[in-house]
Amino acid sequence: MAAITLDNVGKTYAGGTRALSGMSIDIAPGEFVVLVGPSGCGKSTLLRMIAGLETVTEGTIRIGERVVNTVEPADRNIAMVFQNYALYPHMTVRQNLAYGLKNRGTPRDEIDRRVAEAAQILEIGPYLDRKPRQLSGGQRQRVAMGRAIVREPAAFLFDEPLSNLDAKLRVTMRSEIRQLQRRLGTTSVYVTHDQVEAMTLADRLVVLNAGRIEQIGTPLQVYRHPATTFVAGFIGAPAMNLLPAQIADGQLHLAGAAVAPMTRAGGPVTLGIRPEDLRRDPAGPIRMRLRHVEELGHARLLHGQIGDSAAVCTVTDTAPPDPEIRLSIDPGQCHLFDAQTGARLTGA
Amino acid sequence: MVENRPLLTFLAHGALILGVIVVAFPVYLALIASTHPVSAFSSGVIPLLPGREMAANYATMLGQGISTAGAPPLWGLLGNSLVMALAIALGKIAISITSAFAIVYFRFPLRNLAFWAIFITLMLPVEVRIVPTFKVVADLGMLNSYAGLTIPLIASATATFLFRQVFLTIPDELLEAARIDGAGPLRFFRDILLPLSRTNIAALFVILFIYGWNQYLWPLLITTDERFYTIVAAIKRMAETADAEPYWNLIMASAVLAMLPPVLVVIAMQRLFVKGLIETEK
Ligand SMILES: Nc1ncnc2c1ncn2[C@@H]1O[C@H](COP(=O)(O)OP(=O)(O)OP(=O)(O)O)[C@@H](O)[C@H]1O
Ligand SMILES: [Mg+2]
Repeated sequence: MAAITLDNVGKTYAGGTRALSGMSIDIAPGEFVVLVGPSGCGKSTLLRMIAGLETVTEGTIRIGERVVNTVEPADRNIAMVFQNYALYPHMTVRQNLAYGLKNRGTPRDEIDRRVAEAAQILEIGPYLDRKPRQLSGGQRQRVAMGRAIVREPAAFLFDEPLSNLDAKLRVTMRSEIRQLQRRLGTTSVYVTHDQVEAMTLADRLVVLNAGRIEQIGTPLQVYRHPATTFVAGFIGAPAMNLLPAQIADGQLHLAGAAVAPMTRAGGPVTLGIRPEDLRRDPAGPIRMRLRHVEELGHARLLHGQIGDSAAVCTVTDTAPPDPEIRLSIDPGQCHLFDAQTGARLTGA
Repeated sequence: MVENRPLLTFLAHGALILGVIVVAFPVYLALIASTHPVSAFSSGVIPLLPGREMAANYATMLGQGISTAGAPPLWGLLGNSLVMALAIALGKIAISITSAFAIVYFRFPLRNLAFWAIFITLMLPVEVRIVPTFKVVADLGMLNSYAGLTIPLIASATATFLFRQVFLTIPDELLEAARIDGAGPLRFFRDILLPLSRTNIAALFVILFIYGWNQYLWPLLITTDERFYTIVAAIKRMAETADAEPYWNLIMASAVLAMLPPVLVVIAMQRLFVKGLIETEK
C-alpha cells in the first residue's frame, strides 16, 4: 500500500503526439481512484506511465516516497490487470499466478501459500491446473486479478479490465473488484470509459478530456458540482441537458421565457439541468416539443427540443405525452457554466 | 461444403490415386530392385516382383559397402548425413529464432540494415554463391569437415521471417505482463516466446531436416575423404563406375535406406504438427 503522486506529468509520444499535459494527482494510500474519459483522452497512456510501460516525458511520478520515472516496471512494486487479460497461454493458471513470484526468487512454499490464498479469495481453486483457453471470460478475468494479488504489490493498476465481459458479468465483477480492494486495502488506479463503472467503483474520480484533467473529486462531488460542461455532459446517464440561456433582470431566460429567478450579473450562460430535474408542470414556463419517447420500464425518457437545442426529460408517470410538454425547473438544480469557456460559474 | 455428386467424387479420387501411383511407383521399383541379385539387371528388364536377396543386399551395404565403387559401409554415410541434417536444422532454427527475436523486440542502431541484410540472404542460397563459398571454405581449411558441410548451409535466413511472423502475432500485452512480472529479455524469450513457437519450431525442424538430409551438390563438392561422404552424395558415386556394370541391387538398397530417416522424422513429428494445426494457443 503506497501513495502515488503525479506532479505536473506530461507525455509527448515519439511521433510528436501530445497525449497528456499538466497531470497533477495525489493518490492516498489505499485509495481507489478511477480515471474516466472518452476514447483517446489519454487514460491508458497515464496508467501505462505509472506502470513504467511508457516513458515519462515531463514531470515526476512517485510511488510511495520514491521517484519512479526511470524505474523498470518490475521494480515499481505494482501489478497490472489488462483489458485482454494477457494471461500466458501456455501456462496453467497456477503457473500464471506463480510466474512473477518465481522470477523474484520467492521460496517455493511461499509461492504455494500465496497462490492457494489468492485462489481461495477469487474462487479459482478448481481451475488451477487448467490452461487459460479452457476458461470462460469471467474466469480468465479472475485469474488476471489473481496474478495481481499474489504479488501483494503497493498498487493495482487496471486498464478497462471489464470491457470484454457481458453486461451482467460486468456488474458482478465490478462489485467483486470493489470488495476485494476494500479487503486488501491496496491503492488502486482504474481506467474506464464507462461512467457508471467509474461512479460505482471510485473513492475519487479523475475526469480526463483531450489529455487534460477536467475535474478531480468524489463521485458525488463530480455529479453534483461538475466543474465544466464537459464533465456535466459526461457524468450521469442520461446526460445532463446543456442549453444556451441568458440572465437578465434577475431572471434566467431559456428559449425566450423567464424560467427561474437568478441573482447574478446578466449575460449569456450555458444552463445545465439533469433530465430528472426537468419537472412536468402544466403551468411551467418551458415548452418542449416532443420528438420520441424511450421506455425504460421504471421511467421514460422524453426526447424533444427546447428552443433550438435537443433536450431529454425523465418522467416516471405513465400519462401519454402531448406533442408539446410544459416543464419547470428549480433554481437549486440549475448548473450554470460560462458560455465561452464552459467553466462552472461559482455560486450557482 | 457438403456435396453429393458421384462423378465429381470419382474424378477427385481418381486424380488422387493417380498422383499416389506416380509418386509411389519409383519407390516400389527401388524396393523391389533391392531384393534381387545383380544378375537380374543384366537383361535390361527391371523386375517387378520381389526377389530373394533382400537380406544379403542390405547386409552387404550396411556391413562392407561396395569397395570397387568407392562406397564405404552405409552406417558411416548415414551417420554423416544425420550429423549434417541435424546440424543444419538445429543451427538454422537457432539462428533464425534469435535474429527474429532481435528484429521484433529490440530497437537498435542499424536495425533496418540488419533486417535487409538478413532478407538478402534469402536470395542467395548455396547454389547461387557456390564458387565463392567454396573458396572461403577451402581457405579456412574446412574442406572434408562437418563444419564445412554445415556452416555455409546454416548461414541463411530462411526461417527468420517465419519466426518474425509468429512473434508479431503474440500480443504486446504479453510482453508487458512479463515485464511487470520481472522477466528480462532472455527470460521472456525462454519462458514465453519459445513455448509459444513450439509447434512452429517442430514444423520447421521437419522441413529443414529433410532439406539438410537431401543436400547433394554441396557435399559432393567439398568432400573428397570418404569419412565425410553423405549418403545422398555417395549414391551418385556408386552409380558412377567406370567399366563394370553398376550394382543396381545394392544402389537401390542404399536408396531405400537413405529414404528411411526423413520418413521417421516426419512420422515422429506428425503429432506435434497436427497439434499445432488444431490447437491455437495465442
Ligand atoms: N504509441 C503511441 N504513439 C503515438 N501516439 C499514441 C500512442 N499510443 C497512444 N497514442 C495517442 O495518445 C492519445 C491517448 O491514447 P490512449 O491510448 O491513452 O487513450 P485512451 O484514453 O486509453 O483511449 P481508449 O478509451 O480508447 O482506450 C491518443 O490520441 C492516441 O492516438
Ligand atoms: Mg485505453
